[in-house]
Amino acid sequence: MHVYQEEERTPRIDKVALVAALHTILPADSVLHDQEDLTPYECDGLSAYRHLPLLVALPDSVEQVQQVLRVCYDNDVPVVARGAGTGLSGGALPHSQGVLLSLAKLTSILHIDPLNRTARLQPGVRNLAISQAAMPYGLYYAPDPSSQIACTIGGNVAENSGGVHCLKYGLTVHNIMQLKIVTIEGELLVIGSEALDTPGYDFLALMTGSEGMLGVIVEITVRLLPLPERAQVILAAFDNVEKAGSAVGAIIAAGIIPAGLEMMDKLAINAAEDFVHAGYPRDAEAILLCELDGTNEEVSEQVSRVCEILENCDITELRIARDEQERAVFWKGRKAAFPAIGRISPDYYCMDGTIPRKRLPEVLRHIRDLSVEYGLTVANVFHAGDGNLHPLILYDANHPGELAKTEEFGGKILQICVEVGGTITGEHGVGMEKINQMCVQFGPAELTQFHGVKRAFDAKGLLNPGKAVPTLHRCAEFGAMHVHKGRIAFPELERF
Amino acid sequence: MTDIAAQLKEQFDAAIADKRPLNIVGGNSKAFYGRMAVGDTLAVSAHRGIVNYEPTELVITARAGTPLVDIEQALAEHRQMLPFEPPHFGDTATLGGTIACGFSGPRRPYSGSARDFVLGSKIINGKGEVLRFGGEVIKNVAGYDVSRMMTGALGTLGMLLEVSLQVLPRAAFETTLVQQCSQKEALQRMNVWAATSLPLSATCHVDDGLYVRLSGAEAAVAASVKKIGGDRVDDDDEFWQDLREHRLPFFNGVDNLWRMTLPSAAPPLNLSGCQLIEWGGGQRWLASDDDAQAIRNSAIVIGGHATHYRGGQREGDVFQPLSQGLWRLHQNMKHAFDPQGILNPGRLYPGL
Repeated sequence: MHVYQEEERTPRIDKVALVAALHTILPADSVLHDQEDLTPYECDGLSAYRHLPLLVALPDSVEQVQQVLRVCYDNDVPVVARGAGTGLSGGALPHSQGVLLSLAKLTSILHIDPLNRTARLQPGVRNLAISQAAMPYGLYYAPDPSSQIACTIGGNVAENSGGVHCLKYGLTVHNIMQLKIVTIEGELLVIGSEALDTPGYDFLALMTGSEGMLGVIVEITVRLLPLPERAQVILAAFDNVEKAGSAVGAIIAAGIIPAGLEMMDKLAINAAEDFVHAGYPRDAEAILLCELDGTNEEVSEQVSRVCEILENCDITELRIARDEQERAVFWKGRKAAFPAIGRISPDYYCMDGTIPRKRLPEVLRHIRDLSVEYGLTVANVFHAGDGNLHPLILYDANHPGELAKTEEFGGKILQICVEVGGTITGEHGVGMEKINQMCVQFGPAELTQFHGVKRAFDAKGLLNPGKAVPTLHRCAEFGAMHVHKGRIAFPELERF
Repeated sequence: MTDIAAQLKEQFDAAIADKRPLNIVGGNSKAFYGRMAVGDTLAVSAHRGIVNYEPTELVITARAGTPLVDIEQALAEHRQMLPFEPPHFGDTATLGGTIACGFSGPRRPYSGSARDFVLGSKIINGKGEVLRFGGEVIKNVAGYDVSRMMTGALGTLGMLLEVSLQVLPRAAFETTLVQQCSQKEALQRMNVWAATSLPLSATCHVDDGLYVRLSGAEAAVAASVKKIGGDRVDDDDEFWQDLREHRLPFFNGVDNLWRMTLPSAAPPLNLSGCQLIEWGGGQRWLASDDDAQAIRNSAIVIGGHATHYRGGQREGDVFQPLSQGLWRLHQNMKHAFDPQGILNPGRLYPGL
């Protein structure tokens, strides 16, 4: 079954009238409607799926966003909000009968408050630009998704983006204080505050990760953290993946919360090594990168304790980055892992499940078996500290049927994640990509409640329709069985 | 360890059939909080027990009626803790009540709030449906974050049956220093410190004493003590617990206690009565008989809000009234979870 089908909308939108209405709000060059202008917006980071929006609106002020949404609301026009378009789950895939609302022109850093340690930002500010602007004050913004050079803070909030430092510093939801959103009716609302909590329901948490389904985010106040006095990274190599997994548990059991704790398997190690020459041990079955940060004394003590723990974990090699330069080299391989895989395969499909860490060995075993069954190679990159697994399935889209086969394989990996008590998405979001797997993770009552939440904000269902939460009808069609924390065994599991 | 979810659901179904409001009660330790409770008592405290605790996964799941002390003890056996250091306000405090109130203690500004550590929940909504959201993993973005929205909702959206929380290791070493200074100076110091990598874990200014707790490796704490200076506080655990539980002399005999949350560097409030500052300046307790509206306005103008924590007119507004737009969304959300309005009606806001 094709992953995403757009719902039919009748009557169809009168494009000419809509363009005319938007021209009363926006300058002519901020309303794109010719096919060649629309093409750059046909997909996001999940480029296997593309179609053109009816038109693209590029407001450059909050007032314009409000006016555009009022026009859409009055005319029942679907709206898909888009930041930098780096999302990996098709959350910003356009609607063919809708407006693609790009927030790319709202790029101002409105205010940095060094004493309160906050930054007030427009949604189009790039993630990395926040930390760069905060650096003169000795501060930074902690969540660091791998796309941080390009991705925007508005998109980060919509997806509740993570990164490699989540175990210690949290996700986006832990690092924002206030949002200004525009509702589908065009109303500007303030959610959260510049204080540590706000009266009423926690809509700040609800909005975070809501994938553009509830409102359009037009301003974000983030919390800034002090730059750590020192950070040091340790690289450990193992001759089997399970030993690496046990080492992660041992570090945490010792009461240490590393700033980053990353694992790569042999294929990922070698692809990274070919690409950026980080000096990783090519014969290792797995490596762990463990970063410790804090005060100078804290880091010294933790480095020696982690080394002690690792030496009891049957490692084949242990290295401590001697200086900042070597630390950067150690990380370079990990950070380049995805493009490195891109070099050795025409295409790759990045999965994003989270599992309880202790189930890692069996999940990797299942993935290996599936890899043989489907005849598709998998490289594994793992945010080991928080259990977020990124299996990369290597395929060639030019081979007929291979994408469909890859998706089926990926779907099974996600079902395993649910089966062992995890989730179908740790940080990439559901979007259109994992809409079927939502039927595996949640039962009809939960999905119905989600639709109720959506209606509380968007009664007409105009914001990003068809994404994030499947209809019950769709789940029936998909035929998935709701798998619940391993209590109902997934019947197909035996043949893996 | 008892699981009375089925019984609770029966009581729910009966209440729904009769459109009879329910007053959800855990340990009854926070009965003082919020607006006046109405409805038939639904006792949850027998629904108790730790369902799953995996120290190396940093996650605990327990039934809502589990006493907070049981959870803290289980965690302490593995040198772990609830990072938001919740107040109990009585021996009977339960996990469910703590999360429903969204209470966090002294560690909150440096580690996170109750909602920050909520990973998942099992609830009964106002339609009598048993629903499960989130899970037991730290990174999870499947579906709306309903579990975090339950935190602080005072049971008005759903009754908690189970809660999964992220936990953290206890620090190897902790010490507390006290310095003599004014409120103004304390606010400056706390905010300047928070912008450095000092291992702060709690701060409080009361009666011209600025208390600061440092947590971490022994060498790191020792180095930080040298950096910031001050006198060591003996029995510092007791001080922070007394602060958390409102047992410090500051709280004695207070008729009207207000909780203000403000941007942390906001200047001292110009209000009559006494103030105690904690959370690095982000939370301020005010013992004052000033006019409620004047107190609320003084918080609003600097970007914060005020809660009439104890001693207010509980038929009126305890929490800061919401803007019109937000109020409409609250009503819509209430309707989505509890269309007949049977769950703790009016405990948070009139009509909700």
